Amino acid sequence: MSLRDCRNVKVLDVVPVGQSKRPGDFFELVLEYPGWGGWKPGQFVMVRPVSWGPELVWGRPFSICRGDEKSLTLFVQRVGRGTERLSQVLPGEDVTIWGPLGNSFAVEPETPTLMLAGGIGIAPFCGYIERHAAPENLKLFFAHRMPLECYPYAAMTQKAQGQNMLEAQPEDLAGIIDQMGALIREYADGGLVLCCGPTPFMKTAQRFALEHGARLQVSLENRMACGVGACLGCVCKDEKGHHTQVCTKGPIFWADKVEL
Amino acid sequence: MDMNVSVGGLQLRNPVMTASGTFGNGLEFAPYGDLEKLGGICVKGLSLKPREGNPMPRIAETPCGMLNAIGIQNPGVEYFVRSILPSLKRVDVAVVANLYACDADEFGELAGILAAEEGVHALEVNVSCPNVKEGGAAFGQDPSQIARVTESVKKRAGNTPVMVKLSPNVTDIVECARAAVDGGADSLSLINTLLGMAVDARNRRPRIANVVAGLSGPAIKPVALRCVHQVCRAVDVPVVGLGGIASAEDALEFILVGAHAVQVGTANFLRPDFAFSLADDMAALLSDMGVESLDEYRGSLVLPL
Ligand SMILES: Cc1cc2nc3c(=O)[nH]c(=O)nc-3n(C[C@H](O)[C@H](O)[C@H](O)COP(=O)(O)OP(=O)(O)OC[C@H]3O[C@@H](n4cnc5c(N)ncnc54)[C@H](O)[C@@H]3O)c2cc1C
Ligand SMILES: Cc1cc2nc3c(=O)[nH]c(=O)nc-3n(C[C@H](O)[C@H](O)[C@H](O)COP(=O)(O)O)c2cc1C
Ligand code: FES
Repeated sequence: MSLRDCRNVKVLDVVPVGQSKRPGDFFELVLEYPGWGGWKPGQFVMVRPVSWGPELVWGRPFSICRGDEKSLTLFVQRVGRGTERLSQVLPGEDVTIWGPLGNSFAVEPETPTLMLAGGIGIAPFCGYIERHAAPENLKLFFAHRMPLECYPYAAMTQKAQGQNMLEAQPEDLAGIIDQMGALIREYADGGLVLCCGPTPFMKTAQRFALEHGARLQVSLENRMACGVGACLGCVCKDEKGHHTQVCTKGPIFWADKVEL
Repeated sequence: MDMNVSVGGLQLRNPVMTASGTFGNGLEFAPYGDLEKLGGICVKGLSLKPREGNPMPRIAETPCGMLNAIGIQNPGVEYFVRSILPSLKRVDVAVVANLYACDADEFGELAGILAAEEGVHALEVNVSCPNVKEGGAAFGQDPSQIARVTESVKKRAGNTPVMVKLSPNVTDIVECARAAVDGGADSLSLINTLLGMAVDARNRRPRIANVVAGLSGPAIKPVALRCVHQVCRAVDVPVVGLGGIASAEDALEFILVGAHAVQVGTANFLRPDFAFSLADDMAALLSDMGVESLDEYRGSLVLPL
């Protein structure tokens, strides 16, 4: 019996997070518990409100942030048509979700682990910290463009050690890259590094990891149609140059096994 | 209600098949429903040699539809026969192999390999390869080529039924349908995707690396319905209708204009369990309308005098 399924659940709450230029740019979508006790950190769900009709075809993929016997929480940044419409759903509305999908982050409770998050790439780490057996071994380095309170950073650093850098001007980027390099080097010996963020951010992490011999996993956020490995629209190239599905073979890949 | 149908020698428990390229090899959808509730599964397009497909990005969402330029990524026919078909065979459902090649001989060779396999119940011939030898026009746009390819596949298919899948990107789809029938097609399926394009006004780039791509989904249903209507009136072989079906009512519209069966494509992405209940929903809707059988309803469209 597979743990995965597709069902309609009710929206329990839509909670705006932080203050940015437009209210509702960041929000938590709290859904009725779909009965997936066994989800693993780094896994995601496809979400498609029933109210969408055919004008938006695909569900949208989001990482699982929190989940307990009552609810499943996703953390969403509004970027386009789908997330805009998603920010407008109302409590009580039916949402179709399928999952839990994809593989998961390596969880090594005894290993000092560095999480590198860029912007909304922080989302899968919520679930990681929540499900990790030894959060005292975790450090979160967070690079962001929006004010810090737009992200669930404070809640996460209650459990894990945190450090953040705001990229307000183009010059700040150099500092962020230096800091990433130094941290990855620090974790190269006997540590584990995990990364999720914009592709250039993950590429930089990949370059440092290969240079310093660090064990790095990256979480990819490719566009998806089906989420179940069937349409081949979400692929990336593996180390042999073959197209491989991010939704089922990923979204998490060892950095030396994927072309970014 | 008895929903059994026969489509040119292919026996189906109900008229709902899943469309090639939108349902993987079927097994990807097993967690979401009972595959044996389906009439049939058309697997992802197969070629003689493995294909990596087109560069990324290769899908884009458009109003009521989507564009894709996957480029028939597939592991090749040998891998399919050796590593996928054995698992599919354990499922009691009609399996239709979708064939992709760039000349008539290659189509014939593919047909020979697949028709020899016990678990393959029919062949669906995808004639939309841009044929470089013939000056770059797609195969499926040239009736004489369609006839040649169909003949070549028929010759090697033995008793396995052959369905030819037509492209709507032509001036006269009836002419293409007749060519396939002349070539020996046991049935036809239509339509494949419509050529389309999407660009990003801000960064001035196409949204698909291949620039042009295939449009599918509810947006194309009116075109699909028109094609099925025209072809059903012109040929004697059974027709399978597809293009934008996203509800039982949509599916019945295709039966109404004359289709024997339907295929569900892009709607599998609206939710992965969509296709599993479609046949039951169609039966319920027919009962509601006081219709007693599919045969009675098929082709019963009332046209203005
Ligand atoms: C495995 C996985 C997990 C994900 N987890 C989360 C998550 O937890 N929270 C979350 O908010 N998002 C997450 N995403 C990204 C999310 O799926 C997309 O932001 C969303 O699908 C965009 O849909 P849309 O219709 O709003 O945008 P579209 O209308 O499709 O795109 C609008 C514009 O936004 C851009 N865009 C698309 N995706 C992103 C993005 N990720 N960041 C910035 N710009 C983008 C597009 O290039 C385009 O210009 C995840 C993606 C994957 C594959
Ligand atoms: C992602 C994707 C991949 C496809 N791959 C194939 C294919 O390999 N062979 C084929 O004959 N048709 C392929 N098609 C076309 C579909 O089978 C179908 O003809 C088309 O999508 C129209 O139906 P729909 O509107 O219900 O999706 C593909 C369509 C999509 C969306
Ligand atoms: S989203 Fe369809 S294969 Fe990954």
